[in-house]
Amino acid sequence: MALREALDKGKFAVTTEVGPLKGTDTTEILEVAEILNGKVDGVNVTDQQSAVMRLGSLATCSMLVEKGMDPVFQMTCRDRNRIALQSDLLNADVFGIRNVLAISGDFPTLGDHIDAKDVYDLDTEQLIWTINRMNEGYDLADNELQGKTDFFVGAVVKPVSDTEASFELQLAMMEKKINVGARFFQTQAVYDADAFENFMKRARQFKIPVLVGIIPLKSAGMARYMNKNVSGVFVPEHMINDMAKAKDKMATGFEIAARLINDLKDLCQGVHIMAIGWEKKVPEILQLANLT
Amino acid sequence: MLRSEEKPFEEILGYLEDQDRVFILGCAGCAQSSQTGGMPEVLVMKERLEGAGKTVTGHSVIDFLCQKALVASRLQPLEGKVMGADSLLVLTCGVGVQSVAAMVKKPVYPGCNTVNLGGSRGEWQGSERCMECGDCLLYYTGGICPLTACSKSLRNGACGGASDGKCEVSPEKPCGWELIYARLKEIGRLDVLKKFVPPKTWNTMRPRPEILSTSLWALEQRD
Ligand code: SF4
Ligand code: SF4
Repeated sequence: MALREALDKGKFAVTTEVGPLKGTDTTEILEVAEILNGKVDGVNVTDQQSAVMRLGSLATCSMLVEKGMDPVFQMTCRDRNRIALQSDLLNADVFGIRNVLAISGDFPTLGDHIDAKDVYDLDTEQLIWTINRMNEGYDLADNELQGKTDFFVGAVVKPVSDTEASFELQLAMMEKKINVGARFFQTQAVYDADAFENFMKRARQFKIPVLVGIIPLKSAGMARYMNKNVSGVFVPEHMINDMAKAKDKMATGFEIAARLINDLKDLCQGVHIMAIGWEKKVPEILQLANLT
Repeated sequence: MLRSEEKPFEEILGYLEDQDRVFILGCAGCAQSSQTGGMPEVLVMKERLEGAGKTVTGHSVIDFLCQKALVASRLQPLEGKVMGADSLLVLTCGVGVQSVAAMVKKPVYPGCNTVNLGGSRGEWQGSERCMECGDCLLYYTGGICPLTACSKSLRNGACGGASDGKCEVSPEKPCGWELIYARLKEIGRLDVLKKFVPPKTWNTMRPRPEILSTSLWALEQRD
C-alpha cells in the first residue's frame, strides 16, 4: 500500500530506507528494490547521508517509482538554496514522487567534502512550510505555479534526549512542524520502550502518525559506537551484552529488532527500519515481527 | 579588532616566485596583538626571506595600516626602499593589506589570513556576536542570536544533532539552541518557541552602497 493511504486507513505502516552509492552504479539499489517491492509501504531514499557526496535521492526515488514503489524523497536544507529546493520539488512531482521528508542535514564537516559551503537558506520548518505553499499552488515569491504539487510531507523527531532542553525543543519543534504542514513523523532509532512511551505521552496530543525508528544491531561495537556518536541513540547495556555474546550476530540483532517492534507497536502508527547495509534482509525482520 | 594568523611560508614564497626584492610592512594595531605583524614577526619574516635568497629592501611597522593617510605619510620617507622593491609583503589583516594596496602602486601581497570571529562584537569584546543580518530575530530567541550561536544558523529550532548540550558541528561549543531554550525558560517565554519564523531575507545582509563609503574620505585623499 502507498504510505499516505496506509496511514490514512490506520494500517500499521512499514517503511524502510536505502542509501544510494557514490557513483553511477545502481545495481545494488535495484536489487534491494526488487526484494522490498510489495513488502513495505514506503522506502526512504537518503539525501547525501552524513554529508557524503553520492547519487541523489531524486534520481533514485524516480527509479523506485518506475518499479511501482512509493518512495519517500528525503530532502536536506544543507546543500540547496530555496530556488534549487523548490525546483527539485517540482522535479520530484513530475517524476511521480509523492512523499517528501524534510530534514536539516548533517553539517558538511561531518562528511567527505569538508571544505563545502553549507547553505541552510531555509531551515527544516521553513522547508515544510514551503512544500505546503507549493501544494497550495504558489512558490515562495508568491508566484502562481502552472500546476501545483501534491506532496505528503514528513519530518523527523528524536524521542529520547540527553538533556531537558533537547527533549523539550524536540516537542516544541514537532508541534511547529505540524503547524506548518508536516503530516507524519519518523523517529531516531529507539531501543527502550519506556523511554519511547515517555515521549509519546507528550506527543500523542498532536494526533499525528509517528513511525518509530528501528536500527537492527550488527555488533556490540556498533551499539557502543552509536551510543557515543549518534545523537539520540541509547542502546541499553543488556542489549550490548546480548550482542557481544551472540554467535550469530545477525540472528540476534534481528531478534532484538523484532522484539522492539512488538514492544513499541502499540505506542505508535508504524515502524521505520533503517537497516544500514542489510536492506535486503528487511523482509526477514518483518517476518520475525509478524508484520507480513 | 580583526584577528589574523600567519600564512604558511611556502604559500608566501609562491607569491614571490619571480620577485627577488621585497619590502616588508607590519602593523602595530590588531596584527601586533595577534602576534602576526608586530616588529618581532616582521624581523623573523625578513630573516626567513633572506634565508630563501630574497633581498629585503626595507621594512617598517606602522601604527594602523588600515589608516590610509597614515600609510602614505609614513611610507614617504621610505619611498626609495619601497619603490626599489618588486613587491610588498604585508603582515596584517585583510583591511590593512587592501589599504596599502590602495596607496602604493606596486604588487602588495598578504602575509596573513584574517580569521572569522563568528560575527561582529561590541566595543567591549564579550562573547555575544551579531552577523549584521539587517532583520533582527532576537525576539524569537530570548535575546541570543540564532545566526551566530547555532552553527547552522537555524531560525526555528535545533537540528537535533547535539550531544550533552554540545553542538554536532564543534563539540567544544555549546548548542546555541539549548542556550536559547534555557534563556526562554528563565524568562518564562517558552511559548515563543512555537512561533514560526518565516524564510529569512538574506538581502539585508548585503551592505547598502552608502554604508560602504566612508565619512573619513578627506583623510583618504592622496594627492
Ligand atoms: S538576528 Fe541578525 S541582527 Fe539580530 S543579533 Fe543575530 S545577526 Fe544580529
Ligand atoms: S547542534 Fe545546536 S548549535 Fe549545533 S547546528 Fe545543531 S542546533 Fe545548531
